[in-house]
Amino acid sequence: MKEFFAMGGYAFYVWTSFGLTFMVMAIIALGTRLQRRRVVAAVTRRAQTESKPDAREPFRE
Amino acid sequence: MFRWFHKLASLKNFYRLAEILLPWLAAICAILLVVGLYRGLFVAPTDYEQGESYRIIYVHVPAAWMSMFVYVVMAFCSAIFLVWKMKLADIVAEVSAPIGAAFTFLALSTGSLWGKPMWGTWWEWDARLTSELILLFLYIGYMALRSAFDNRRTAAKAAAVLALVGVVNIPIIHFSVEWWNTLHQPASITKFDKPSIHISMLIPLLMMAVGFKLFYIVNMLSRARSVILEREANTAWVTERVKENRL
Repeated sequence: MKEFFAMGGYAFYVWTSFGLTFMVMAIIALGTRLQRRRVVAAVTRRAQTESKPDAREPFRE
Repeated sequence: MFRWFHKLASLKNFYRLAEILLPWLAAICAILLVVGLYRGLFVAPTDYEQGESYRIIYVHVPAAWMSMFVYVVMAFCSAIFLVWKMKLADIVAEVSAPIGAAFTFLALSTGSLWGKPMWGTWWEWDARLTSELILLFLYIGYMALRSAFDNRRTAAKAAAVLALVGVVNIPIIHFSVEWWNTLHQPASITKFDKPSIHISMLIPLLMMAVGFKLFYIVNMLSRARSVILEREANTAWVTERVKENRL
């Protein structure tokens, strides 16, 4: 196992490459999720305000 | 054929189609990446010349292939958008750009991490490396240009033209190792010849490559769905989906 992590002396280069790739791909996937969540929330909120007319003008008497 | 094309072009149909495809594609992508990573790190033998350092190939080459593939998709969609004004094509190009830029960054940085132990340098201004760096700037330029205009149509058109002009860089990257005397090695895998690497090393590489491709497709489809939802928020089909609580 120790030998595996040592990568024949190239541990730094190999693991930095794999780690960096993992990080960048995780950021892409996270970005996709956050965008989806943001848009779904915005569209839902908009639909709710439109179905309740008094919510649009809260100070109307 | 044309009817099928026309149907897909409708944002509503694309939204639905992507919804059906996404879980399957994501599952296949995850399996390929896990198995490819396992086979690449544990099963594939040590290289007799480069030792264990060659294992960087399993992230470097798929990332480099994707950096070019995504750009070709972007340029192709830009052409369709410019000719037929197809909204969907513009959306696909728009959401592809940051993903392509990320892969280009990965190709450059993992290449650098591979070059240091093998060539003795992090960076060299040779044809392959320089043209790949230009690709990164093209992606960044594309995104900057898009966000520079307030008007969405103008932004989309200008960015599409940039993407099309920049596509000349793709064959330059691809053939750079043949046209010029570069430090970068020529391709190990070509369509016409037998690959110059052993099958036990090749299988995990191909699994990772397909896994990366699916990773792009999954994220691109999902991001395109989000953009469609945002742009079509006022349409009847979106309102209906909101009511039925199935966005």
